[in-house]
Amino acid sequence: MPAAYKFFAEFAQTWGLLYFVGVFLIVLIYALAPSRKERFDAAARMPLQED
Amino acid sequence: MAKLWASPHQERSRPMAQTATTSKGMTFGEGGSALAFAALGFLSIIIAAKAYTPEYAFHAYLFAAASVASVFVIVNRYFERPAALPPLTINGKPNYNMGPVKFATIASVVWGIAGFTIGLLIALQLAFPALNFDTSWLSFGRMRPLHTSAVIFAFGGNVLIASSFYVVQRTCRARMVGDISPWFVVLGYNFFIVIAGTGYLLGITQGKEYAEPEWYADLFLTIVWVTYFLVFLGTVMRRKESHIYVANWFYLAFILTIAVLHLGNNATVPVSIFSPKSYIVWSGVQDALVQWWYGHNAVGFFLTAGFLAIMYYFIPKRAERPVYSYRLSIIHFWSLIFMYIWAGPHHLHYTALPDWAQTLGMVFSVMLWMPSWGGMINGLMTLSGAWDKLRTDPILRLMVVSVAFYGMATFEGPLMSVKAVNSLSHYTDWTIGHVHAGALGWVAYISFGCIYCLVPWLWNKKELYSMKAVSWHFWISTLGIVLYISSMWVAGILQGLMWRAYTSLGFLEYSFIETVEAMHPFYIIRALGGAFFVAGSLIMAWNVWKTIISAEAAVEEVHPAQPALVAAE
Repeated sequence: MPAAYKFFAEFAQTWGLLYFVGVFLIVLIYALAPSRKERFDAAARMPLQED
Repeated sequence: MAKLWASPHQERSRPMAQTATTSKGMTFGEGGSALAFAALGFLSIIIAAKAYTPEYAFHAYLFAAASVASVFVIVNRYFERPAALPPLTINGKPNYNMGPVKFATIASVVWGIAGFTIGLLIALQLAFPALNFDTSWLSFGRMRPLHTSAVIFAFGGNVLIASSFYVVQRTCRARMVGDISPWFVVLGYNFFIVIAGTGYLLGITQGKEYAEPEWYADLFLTIVWVTYFLVFLGTVMRRKESHIYVANWFYLAFILTIAVLHLGNNATVPVSIFSPKSYIVWSGVQDALVQWWYGHNAVGFFLTAGFLAIMYYFIPKRAERPVYSYRLSIIHFWSLIFMYIWAGPHHLHYTALPDWAQTLGMVFSVMLWMPSWGGMINGLMTLSGAWDKLRTDPILRLMVVSVAFYGMATFEGPLMSVKAVNSLSHYTDWTIGHVHAGALGWVAYISFGCIYCLVPWLWNKKELYSMKAVSWHFWISTLGIVLYISSMWVAGILQGLMWRAYTSLGFLEYSFIETVEAMHPFYIIRALGGAFFVAGSLIMAWNVWKTIISAEAAVEEVHPAQPALVAAE
């Protein structure tokens, strides 16, 4: 049991961290890519559109 | 008043629909739900007859009565409706389904008053214990979960259901999926609230914060919530816009995560189907960790993500400005949902929880400061170019102040999650003050702004009955919040310092009852703040009611020649 605990704790503390940094980088690339500027500018106005 | 829920779009669709088809049949939703309710009613009567306790039998009778009523309403509605279901579009425009939105909006106002008033009562009980009236029904231990559930789940939950059904239809430009199911979500959710609330009064509880309802109420809520998720997701999938607006992402995260949290924290086994009591499958510190994983994410996903969705739709709409930075809103969304889920262990500092898990909770709570403030900046800066509207529009003022309170509460929260600060603040009234800065300042204010926007839109009025009354509501409630949180800061820090004070001989300097005595003046100030907040909500209810019954209709874009016809309704 202590070995399993140690294994999971170490796994979470290393690979878990790398996983989160990776996900965050993907989000940054998706959000900040210059090619999506027009799409996001249009999306920012979505609440203002009337039918 | 019978037309209170009917939308003008539905009314207009009838003649068209009748000419389209002649044969009429029950839909799968109508037949299936009528049968399911009949079965539930039958089961409830058996349980009522064999229940171990009278309280549980009472709940079983409530389930039976509601099931019978549902079968009657569904069948009756079937006979009264035209053969064809309401069309998805009329003249190329989406035919929105706003009936359930209207119901949830009014329910939120009613539950709000109830929840705030019970809060005022328990605040007064702490100052004047005689107000328990020596009955178990009104004891603090039962009224306190009644208050928290009424304000969070009844008031806040109805605002979230109403606004999510409104926003998802408008930003997807599509009619809501389902015919019976949206009504099942709204009415079923409110029935769950009744079961939960009466259960607390009768002493039925799991004794876990924000997760008090017992297994049978939890099972029923699961069905309601999964239906809610499917209706919302189905509407998103039916969208006419290619992009899914950021508010819908926040709503989706809220609905999905609450489903997972609810299932995870209620993994219980009932003693018997005839008993209201159940036991959770794990125990001790594991149970505590799961409970606070649930509890803090109820804050993160119910009270934050859901209301951020309201912020991202209603503030741009009211200010008539686009979202300040849509890119920031995407980063805000993903970082917020990925971090919140780890913050729960900060509720268990200095307990049997492993030290590294406590530190993890603390570190993620501190990191949460960044996405929280990113969101706050995005909400506030959406007003750039429209700041002057704050002077003239009290509704926008409510929403902007709410975002400011969001920023304040999300600064205070990470601070209190730091172990050194927590050793002073935990179990004191500072925590109560912090929660109310978030609940009154952020959640309730953004909800008030949302309700004030929704009511004229839903009931087709030009504007609210009285903007002056909104201003009064704003100032009286703000005064109430300031009294509440400042008294609780002083009380909490005083209490924390008294608890840890030692004499030169190493004895505790104060007995517990001395700290209770020291709290008395602050409890009275807090109750006064609460009274102001209740008064504000009564002004809102009056204003909302006068708006709904007012004869003055907004100018109809579709039928500019017939304003009198709408007004006569």
